[in-house]
Parts: sequence; C-alpha cells; structure tokens
Amino acid sequence: MRFAVTRACGGGGGRARSGALYIGGSTTTPIETPSLLISTRKGLPTFVSRDHLAALPTPDSLLLHVSPLHFLDCPSSKTISNIGGLHQMLGLHEHFFVAAPRDSLESLPESEGTNKLGASFETPCGRRLIKPSAYMEKIASLKPNLWASMADEVPAWVSEKRNKTSVDRTLRWLDECLALDPAGGKTMLGVVVGGSNIEERKHCAIEVATRNVSGFWIGGFGLGENVEERSALLNAVTDNLPEEKVRFISGLSLPEEVLQGVASGIDLFDSTYIYHLTLGGFALIFPFKILDHNNLDFQLDDTVGDRAKINLRATIYRKDISPIIANCSCFTCQNHTRAYINHLLNVHEMLAHILLEIHNTHHYLGFFRAMREAIKGGKFDLFRQRFVESRRIHLTAAVLCS
Amino acid sequence: MPVGTQGTIKGLTNNQLEEIGCQIILGNTYHLALRPSAELIDDLGGLHKFMNWKRALLTDSGGFQMVSLLHLADITEQGVTFQFPVDGKPMLLTPEESIQIQNKIGADIIMALDDVVKTTITGPRIEEAMYRTLRWIDRCIAAHKRPDAQNLFGIVQGGLDPVLRDICVRGLVDRNLPGYAIGGLAGGEDKDSFWRVVAQCTAALPEDKPRYVMGVGYPLDIVVCSALGADMYDCVYPTRTARFGTALVPEGVLRLKNQAMANDERPIDSTCTCMVCRNYTRAYLHCLVTKDAMGSQLVSYHNLSYMMRLSKDLHTSLVEGQFPEFVRGFLRAQFPKGNVPEWVCNAMEVAGVDISTCCAPITS
Repeated sequence: MRFAVTRACGGGGGRARSGALYIGGSTTTPIETPSLLISTRKGLPTFVSRDHLAALPTPDSLLLHVSPLHFLDCPSSKTISNIGGLHQMLGLHEHFFVAAPRDSLESLPESEGTNKLGASFETPCGRRLIKPSAYMEKIASLKPNLWASMADEVPAWVSEKRNKTSVDRTLRWLDECLALDPAGGKTMLGVVVGGSNIEERKHCAIEVATRNVSGFWIGGFGLGENVEERSALLNAVTDNLPEEKVRFISGLSLPEEVLQGVASGIDLFDSTYIYHLTLGGFALIFPFKILDHNNLDFQLDDTVGDRAKINLRATIYRKDISPIIANCSCFTCQNHTRAYINHLLNVHEMLAHILLEIHNTHHYLGFFRAMREAIKGGKFDLFRQRFVESRRIHLTAAVLCS
Repeated sequence: MPVGTQGTIKGLTNNQLEEIGCQIILGNTYHLALRPSAELIDDLGGLHKFMNWKRALLTDSGGFQMVSLLHLADITEQGVTFQFPVDGKPMLLTPEESIQIQNKIGADIIMALDDVVKTTITGPRIEEAMYRTLRWIDRCIAAHKRPDAQNLFGIVQGGLDPVLRDICVRGLVDRNLPGYAIGGLAGGEDKDSFWRVVAQCTAALPEDKPRYVMGVGYPLDIVVCSALGADMYDCVYPTRTARFGTALVPEGVLRLKNQAMANDERPIDSTCTCMVCRNYTRAYLHCLVTKDAMGSQLVSYHNLSYMMRLSKDLHTSLVEGQFPEFVRGFLRAQFPKGNVPEWVCNAMEVAGVDISTCCAPITS
C-alpha cells in the first residue's frame, strides 16, 4: 500500500488535502482521496448486489469497509482461510477491503464492558468481548487489504480517568496486534483515540505515529462529542501525524461532518449516512457541483423536507414520474421513477431499498468527487462555505415565509 | 412465470430478471388494485411503464386472493363480495370490474374472473362454481375493452370431477379464447387426482393455444405437467422458499440454514452458471440467509435462475426430440434411489414417456 499527497490546501483551506491511495499492485488505478468507504454487512453492501456495485463509478466505489465482528460466528476462520479470504469468499477481486471492528451501524463499541483483556461491542449476536489474539486470527483468515488495530473507543462523557485508560489500552493493543502481524505492519492502520481531551488526543497521536504502521484510523469520534470542539480535537490528532500517511476516520458521515473532517486533514470516511438514508426511504438530491456557477440562484422547490434529500414515502410522489434526479446516471435514476419507489416503500418491498442504496451511494460518491476537484483547484474553503450556506437557505426562506 | 405480486419480484431488479432469461412475470390484481390502485397505474401509463418492465406481464383476476386472503369473502352470481381491507367497507368484485381493473393495469395476458373452489371441497358447490365460471366468462368477454392489446384467458374449473371439467373445457373452447388456464388445482389435493385433471384438460384443449396451469409449482410438478402438454406456470415457491434459506438444486432442495452448510465450500449447484453459483459458497450463504437482506436476494436470484434453466431445458429438449431423455435425467437426479412417486409413474405412462429405467425394480 502506498499513499501520496497530491495537493495540500493550506491557507483558507486549512489542512485539507487531496491524495492518491495505491492498494494492490502498482498498476492499479489509485483511489483518489478524500473518498468514501462503502459500508458492508458481512462483506457485501446491505442491499446492492455485486452486479449493481460494479456499475457504480470506479475506482471511487472500490473501497469497502468490513468489520471482522460480522464473522465472529460464521464462517469459521478455518473455512474463510480455506475459501481464500474476503476477496475469494465475496467474489470481489477488483475491490479493496479495509477492516475495522466498529461499523457505526450494528457493531458498536460498548465501553462499559471493555476491560484489560479485550474490547466489548454490541453486535446483532449480542454483546461480545474481542481479544487482540482472536481479532488477529480473524484478520489473518479474512486477508483484508488494510486493517485497523484494536481500540478502546469511549463516548465523550466518560471520566478523565476512563479516557486515559482507553488511550493506554489502545496503544497496548496496537503493539500486540503489530507483534502478531506477519506482515510487520505493512497493511496496518494504527488507531488513535483520546476522547474529548485535547491533551490525550495529542499524546495518543504522537505515540501511534512512532509505531511502524502504514496509516492511521482515527477512532472515538461520532460518540457524543460537541460539533464545536470536534475541529480542535481533530486538529490535535492530525497535527501530530505524519503528512504522508493516509488517515481514515469512522463516525463522521454526514456531509457537514465530512467537510469538517477534510478541513482537518482526514482522507477517508465511512458511509453510514447512506445506510440510514436508505432505510428511512430518503433519496439524496443536494447539488454538489456548487463551484460551477458564479451566481448561485437558490430557489425553493416544492420538495418535501430540506434540499438535501427527499422522503420518497411522502404522498406527493405518488404520481411523480420523474427520476430522483433528472440527469443522474445511476441505475435507479436511469430506470425508475419517484412514483415507483414511493409505491415500493408503501408496500414494504425490498427493491425500494436496493434502488435507494444504489442512488444514494452514487450521489454521495459524486459529492466526494466534487470536493476533490475543489481541493485540487485550491477552492476547498469556498466549496465548504457555499455548501453549508446552501443547506441553510431553505431554513432562512422558511423563516421569511412564516 | 415468477410472481411479482406488488409490481416487483422480491429483491431482484429488472435487468437481473432479463439476465436470467425471464420473459414474463405475473402481477396480482388484488394487491395492485389496493396499492397503488388501478387508476394510478392507468394514469401513469400502465404497469409495464410503472415498473419499467419491457417484457411480458400477466395479471390474475383478483378472485383467488379474495377468497384465500379474506375470510369473509362470499361468492354470489353477481360477483365476489368482500370487506375492503383498509376500512372494512363492503365491496363487490364483479367479472366486469375485474376486467376493467385489468384493462387499466394493462398486462399482455389477463385472466377471467372465475368461481374458484378448493379441490378439497365436495358436493354441489363444485358444479355450481363450474357453471358460474362459464356464465362469468361471457361477462368478462363483454367487458373487455382492449382485446387487441390484451389476451383474455379463460380458466377451466370443475374440481376433481371429470364430467364437470369436460363441460367446462368445451364451454370455454366454444368461446375461442386466446389461451386457457387450468384452475382450481395446487390447493392441497392429492397428487394422483391432480395429474389426472391436468391430463384430461390438456387432452381436450386446443393444440394451438397456450395451456396455463395456475399455481404450479414445484419443479417436479412442472416437469410432469409439461409432459402432459401444459405450457405455462406460476408459483411463489422459488422466491418464497429462497427467503427461508432453501435453494433449488437438481437433487431437490438445499437447506442453507442447516449447520452442515456452515463449512461447505462448494457453490449451491456446481452445474449452475448463475451469478450466485459462480461467486459464492454454501458456507458464506449459510451466514446470510434469513438474517440479511442480501441472503434473500442471492438465493432468490439462484432459485429463479434454476427455474428459468429448467424451463429452457424442457423447451430445448422438446424441440430437439430429447424430451424423454431429459425427463429421465431429471428424475434420476431427484430420485437417485429410484423411488419415483407412483403418481409420477402413472402420469408419465399416460404422457407416453418411458421412465422405467428411473424406477427401482419392485422386489417381490
């Protein structure tokens, strides 16, 4: 694995940077960052089957986030190894898997059960305690392209003492995982924690940076910290990590959170936002090519809700034969109408979620692409500002109307 | 014909259905009339356009669902009276209304409203239902506004009584319909009675019109009915059983939930070339089925691929004059010990297909 920063913004763009992530052979097209890790359930997206996954934009859609916790019960590590690991088991030879236990959806860190022996998680199979040795055994059988070490992620409200313990444990487990790694850290991402304490964040980052890891996974965010304090906490981490190594983060998935993370120098994000939108029957419609126009003309249309997404369960879509977005090139918009998806949602048909996950993933990948272009053009700050403004316009208009 | 009850085959997209060779799917009039309603479908240009399904569609009359789903449904000469499920209001589905709804939905093949009774019922009700079905077919024909675009099939009723069935067949054939269905079966009757009714009907129905056995079914039933001269089938079985983790294979069924599958590194079916069998092992699917939506999708995809392949193989073997060989191969895979059920042997004898080599010798 190789990572290179292709453009560092500086100035108004803060710590935002664009990069190129080379996984697999040197001949593969790099994944340009900032980019998205597509969430999976047991290695496959929740609803998007392999043929539809292949139709999403590449190489953007090649990075998949997999949680080893999904495979705790089956198949056995031996069977996974016999089959040949994740790529073989899932039939996804062109894709890249990044393994980290927390998936922010169904495998959630449960800090009260965590102890010196292992990390506790709430999973669909109940509460489970994972020890580094068991974790590394799973990693060895799954053979992901990249994997994060085990961490003790705590919510923002824990005591200082508990937070400090989490940092010590995380570092200890990092070293244990590294010792058990036959590749000596070549595909390993060191996890940085530290909760809502700037000093602990800094300390942890400095320590992890000294280890022989290939990149970093920033944990502990999206667990109750203040939006206002988040930037300072992120900066405390990224300021103490080497520039030329890649940074992943979990728990920041909303567009505003992603922009905040990018501004602090994060490269890769998970996509739980897409999952929640899809389950809720929402389709993304927010425009992201917002640097294309000099004169941004924000008009209120009659969509229900904000300008970011539409709730296709709403009755106003019953007879709407337009696609979700007029010129979207995803399978859903090319083939189906809002009216049809509205019907599918009302009769609780699985196809609704399949179509929504395809569109939402496609759209969000487009957002990341626009963001990368803004960074490469030195306009990330403007992009972020305009984006945030456009999200607030409808609120302003609503206030003016009332 | 896979069953796309509510305007979708559960868990599959149109292009996937086209990929596996699906040419026609069934939509349920009862469900669609309820949601999103026939008016809306009509306003939006018909069901093909609504679903964006470019191939063929068939809708049933709505009668069967009413009788099977609504326990307070009652059948009179006028039609089927029932309680509207949303508000309990009394409603009436007449033959005219059923055709009108189906005209709005716009399927290529539509079904007449018939008076369907369970085959397990005996007595004068069956005779009454058969004659009423004939009276209703005339009302359906009269009400049909789009005979040029939509083909109205009649449905042969008459329970298990050969005399009644014969009267019904003749009555329908007299009306010179584009196609005929054999109804009132697949409802729990014994297999021996089942095949005899099918055989009698196919023998009497015109050679040059399609014969559709409604509600069938299991692969074995389809093979037998095809041997007896039937052409079209519909059943929820392949997709429904998939959602319970059961895969269709040449040997019969494979219960993926079974613990024995947990370490089985083979595909569902080594002879199958579908996307699922080319990419996934039984062990992996074992983890997904009944727990994750993807499990339902993948096994449904395989099961429908299996059914499409079965249909294609039946067709090709008939065209190439290899039908008896195909049937023998099919039976040997399903009954390797030679224990072919007696009803199958009897049916194949009438069908003129020699399966003696598939049946174990009778030990005296």
